[in-house]
Amino acid sequence: MTTPILEVRDLKVEYTTPAGPALAVAGVSFDLAPGEFLAIVGESGCGKSTLLYSIAELLTYPAQTVSGSVRFNGVELRSLPAEELRQHRWRDISVVMQSAMNALNPTLSIGAQLADACRAHTDWDDQQIAERSAHVLSMVSIDVAHLKSFPFQLSGGMRQRAMIAMALLLEPQLIIMDEPTSALDVVAQRSLMRQVENLRRELGFAVLFVTHDMSVVSHFSDRLAVMYAGEIVELGGTRDVFDHPRHPYSSGLMDAFPSLVGAPKELLGIPGNPPSLVNPPQGCLFAPRCPFATDECREFRPELITVNGRAVRCHLVNPRSAV
Amino acid sequence: MSGDVLKVENLSRYFRVGGFRSAGTLHATDEVTFSVAPSEIVALVGESGSGKSTIARVLAGLYPPTSGTITFEGERQGKTSSRKVRGRMPMVFQDPFGSINPVLRVGHSLLRSLKLHRPELDKSGRAAEAISLVEKVGLLPGAEVLRRYPHELSGGQRQRLGFAQALASRPSLILADEPVSMLDVSIRIGLLNVMRSLRDDEHVSVLYITHDLASARYVADRMIVLYAGRIVEEGTTEEVIGAPAHPYTRLLMATAPDPRLPLAHDTDVQDLGEPPKVINPGPGCRFAPRCPLAMDQCRLSTPTMVHLSPTQRAACYAIEQP
Repeated sequence: MTTPILEVRDLKVEYTTPAGPALAVAGVSFDLAPGEFLAIVGESGCGKSTLLYSIAELLTYPAQTVSGSVRFNGVELRSLPAEELRQHRWRDISVVMQSAMNALNPTLSIGAQLADACRAHTDWDDQQIAERSAHVLSMVSIDVAHLKSFPFQLSGGMRQRAMIAMALLLEPQLIIMDEPTSALDVVAQRSLMRQVENLRRELGFAVLFVTHDMSVVSHFSDRLAVMYAGEIVELGGTRDVFDHPRHPYSSGLMDAFPSLVGAPKELLGIPGNPPSLVNPPQGCLFAPRCPFATDECREFRPELITVNGRAVRCHLVNPRSAV
Repeated sequence: MSGDVLKVENLSRYFRVGGFRSAGTLHATDEVTFSVAPSEIVALVGESGSGKSTIARVLAGLYPPTSGTITFEGERQGKTSSRKVRGRMPMVFQDPFGSINPVLRVGHSLLRSLKLHRPELDKSGRAAEAISLVEKVGLLPGAEVLRRYPHELSGGQRQRLGFAQALASRPSLILADEPVSMLDVSIRIGLLNVMRSLRDDEHVSVLYITHDLASARYVADRMIVLYAGRIVEEGTTEEVIGAPAHPYTRLLMATAPDPRLPLAHDTDVQDLGEPPKVINPGPGCRFAPRCPLAMDQCRLSTPTMVHLSPTQRAACYAIEQP
């Protein structure tokens, strides 16, 4: 196996709340290989975006990373001084935010914003910047004439593609994407995903992709991590997890969206709400909503156990007696 | 069908855009004709900019139509709608965070619409009715929910409250403008089930506006597909999903993400087009620039709706008539 470019170990993030600290990311560990596409899915509030921001060291009060390690190419990001971290950002790791509408500066042209990023992170001259900017825009199928356009002159899909062009500027090894497709409609969504996939094949960057809509990534990601209440509950090959979900929460999620194929059927979703992160239940965090929960589930917190490349956090899949 | 709740004929709504010299007319919806039967969910499906929300807003009386007629419960509507009509045809909005007053308790807004639209109820009658309304949309226990503030409710619960508010005036038709698109996938299904139960138990019709074909298939009896302000295809849900006739409907089907389908790499459409902004349109099919089947004729004149079955119609020259 190749050396991972990103190693996350037992990462914990807390939010300070009036009721006490809420553990939004409760000890997450995973590896990301070079060029790999890992999707993280879960409901709102499961900690998936917080996890991304923690990895990119972008959290601000009231959120803070309390323990764990994030190693990028062997370098511990958590202990890096701000200036060294700045040098890694954009050059090695870039982030595509959820809402391109808010992430782009409305008063500057796309070209000016691309040039801005280049000047902050490279010593290129204007000629090089112009060439590189035109090149990245054409990579995401936006006409070079739009270098002079302002964000409001672009459609939602084009803005989101412009964000991806910005992320590609310095050919990073890792691009972190936080729900880049959720503000788009289906046609634009599909073409954006396709474009990310083609660029990844061409340029070989790794992708960490967060979404609540697992159907979006179903055809694109290599591996899929399902998060619930701050923990990874299932992690495995995307196709494999879709075809044979083993954790009751994953199978609940799979059954929560209607399909265009097959006979129409009644769907129920997952009743109930995620648990409080300030006073989490003693046993399995999913037990209160789980149709298969036993007394054991309510009493003991299950571990994430990997068998044949599939990690599952569930007593029913990995009985305690066998451990 | 004479028993239709809503009948829309040749409805158009144009907007003036641009400055003094560059003024143009944006055809947001153009000659749209459709009807909704009692206890029926009709889905209006299209991309952003297809004019689906404009139709809902015209129906709700937020804008007057430029031309065309709206017949609601057998009565032809004028330029603006009366309170009575707004009560019988309320709207549920997309954004559950922006559509509820955050400083008032949940019960307040509900009791207020009961006071306006149900003058026959006295104070205790209204209180009882409010509880039964929130319980109908699955917010339990009703009495406690009414005492809460909107910030104490999740997005899904707020959207349920939106439906309860719409129900307060005993409507015959609810206009639901993308009611689930801002919610998490796992919460959407609960709300879709609320819409189905309103149809089955309360006999309310719903005009469900969405860009998500799969959810439209799940709740709707019939589907109307819009492109750039015009209807391109309509039919029962199973007809449209089972045998989509218009190339645009097929494009929508191909792009709908569905993990149960294999990804068709070669047949998948590499489509980066977007619906045009229809400013001062000329003749011709509006989908022609993106259409794989476009012929010369498509650019010269606008195709009319062709019946493929008693219930399915599509507007495309490439369709061979049965």
